[in-house]
Amino acid sequence: MTESTMKAPKKALRPVKWMRENLFSGWFNTALTLAVAYLLVTSVGPLLNWFFLDANFVGSDASDCTGAGACWLFISQRLNFFIYGFYPDELQWRVDTMFLLLAVAFVPQFVERFPGRKWLGLFGIFGLPVVGYFLIPGGTFGLEEVQSSKWGGLMLTLILAYIGIIASLPIGILLALGRRSDMPIIRGICVVFIEVWRAVPLITVLFMASVMLPLFLPEGVNFEKLARALIGITLWQSAYMAEVIRGGLQAIPRGQYEAADALGLGYWRKMGLVILPQALKMVIPGIVNTFISLFKDTTLVLIIGLFDILGTVQSTVTDPAWQNVAIEGYVFVAFCFWVFCFGISRYSQNLERKLDTGHKT
Amino acid sequence: MGNSMTDQTLTSETQTPPKDQSDKKPGIIRVEGMHKWYGDFHVLKDLNLTVDQGERIVICGPSGSGKSTFIRCINRLEEHQQGKIIVDDVELTDDVRQIDTVRREVGMVFQHFNLFPHLTVLENCCLSPIWVRKTPRKEAEASAMEYLERVKIPDQANKFPGQLSGGQQQRVAIARALCMKPKIMLFDEPTSALDPEMIKEVLDVMIELAGSGMTMMCVTHEMGFAKTVADRVIFMDGGEIVEQAPPHEFFTNPQEARTQKFLQQILAH
Ligand SMILES: Nc1ncnc2c1ncn2[C@@H]1O[C@H](COP(=O)(O)OP(=O)(O)OP(=O)(O)O)[C@@H](O)[C@H]1O
Ligand SMILES: [Mg+2]
Repeated sequence: MTESTMKAPKKALRPVKWMRENLFSGWFNTALTLAVAYLLVTSVGPLLNWFFLDANFVGSDASDCTGAGACWLFISQRLNFFIYGFYPDELQWRVDTMFLLLAVAFVPQFVERFPGRKWLGLFGIFGLPVVGYFLIPGGTFGLEEVQSSKWGGLMLTLILAYIGIIASLPIGILLALGRRSDMPIIRGICVVFIEVWRAVPLITVLFMASVMLPLFLPEGVNFEKLARALIGITLWQSAYMAEVIRGGLQAIPRGQYEAADALGLGYWRKMGLVILPQALKMVIPGIVNTFISLFKDTTLVLIIGLFDILGTVQSTVTDPAWQNVAIEGYVFVAFCFWVFCFGISRYSQNLERKLDTGHKT
Repeated sequence: MGNSMTDQTLTSETQTPPKDQSDKKPGIIRVEGMHKWYGDFHVLKDLNLTVDQGERIVICGPSGSGKSTFIRCINRLEEHQQGKIIVDDVELTDDVRQIDTVRREVGMVFQHFNLFPHLTVLENCCLSPIWVRKTPRKEAEASAMEYLERVKIPDQANKFPGQLSGGQQQRVAIARALCMKPKIMLFDEPTSALDPEMIKEVLDVMIELAGSGMTMMCVTHEMGFAKTVADRVIFMDGGEIVEQAPPHEFFTNPQEARTQKFLQQILAH
């Protein structure tokens, strides 16, 4: 690096110059630019028309969808089903409360200096599942019971993904530590667990959980099915998480372990205070990747007869009362998934930036 | 025990070796017939050494002679297979509690600093006092600031290690070890990863520490440091202690042929 008292030169951002350098530098680039522009002009118009200008927003049933564009009416009319499944209308405030709490806990995470942000996040991670555990199924505190067979839609998707995510992280950490342990028995158990679960497709896990297990266990109520699916998803996800985290643990230089040992920290404090904070930070992209793919993999519960958001939409587009609304339905599902996954991704980028302490060893 | 030690180290911060010879403990480190192997490779062969409290030992020798391995056995970063190591009356065995007891009393400074990059300088220094010694945070921070002042970088307390120069990082590492108020300090080539202009600032800190009566074992190639500070210089070669003598004798009148050869080589530079 050269020493200099000058300011670093600012990148010029003048549009004409930029265009000449990037879009029209030579006949080939110019041709490409024109071709892409042509495609954009010809496709954006029809898409706009379909999505908005010719689309139908008002009305009450399929017969009101007279325009040439999308029938968004379908979404708004059936929104209740897509969000709550068969959850009884008069009890939906319980689910709404959970949505609200979810937003209260996590939306502030995007605002750098929101007061009490950390506590809200901790509440989201530890408190929210407890509240949900009592509120959603009911049956206690004078709340009417709602069987899990009635849960569905976005709410079910979020339950599956949320529990899967927050339970698999700690289990994954323990498995990763176990796999690197000096104790042969613990290491052996962790290796077998990880290799078995990771080698099985999620769909098989779900099948086993819902079809095979009841053959060995006395069949209980339907709640059992969701619980079993959750356990299956969590354990399967933990095995993946463990390997991501192990990658981080291995990347920590030996000197860090030695320095922690030399300070007499002992195993758990060494791991908890020195090694894991660095290892986890290092593998945030990998962890988030696993989260996002789990979020989308929850749609597989369709196979064991649970109706997540995709399941509810799919069962509705085949409804004879609505014709030719499949595209609208799937666009809606895709949009919902995108919103959540993009949110997770943005948050992780914030986190990475915040945790960067400017060291590269 | 912890408290009386605390007071003693705090008050002995002033220069010059301690005058009070009576509470000097003979044989705070005792190594008896110690052997170590890496697989089939016999790294350390029948080492015997007694270090008294307040003594300053410098270990030197050619590369690969086992100096690092030896010093790392003293806080059990490496395991020995035969013989005894007794530190402050606690023998190092497989017993984890005994190992932890020893590690609390023995500070170590590494060649590559090994600061925790995700914590600030101050947090690096307070970590172990808070979590191991259970010192209240306020107190731990105050004491850490004292040590940072002693190594002359109090103004860097809230920076991250990655933002400091090598010499500054090594001084933080020394302060971090001192914050545990150890009875013994081990140094493994603390200056050999540093640029020449930073070596002096670290050596100055070590000289000051030596003057405060700390028991020190130091692997180093800085012969100037050995001459001014050491009570005894130990020469290792091929996993054995070949010769040990007070520095003046060691440098002017080495007895063993291997020592003479080694001294010729490094003094030729
Ligand atoms: N983990 C290990 N496994 C096998 N052999 C090792 C290991 N660590 C060190 N050794 C060997 O043990 C011998 C002594 O190494 P050690 O690091 O103690 O030497 P040293 O005197 O500190 O050398 P230097 O001055 O280069 O630091 C060397 O021959 C080295 O190759
Ligand atoms: Mg060495």
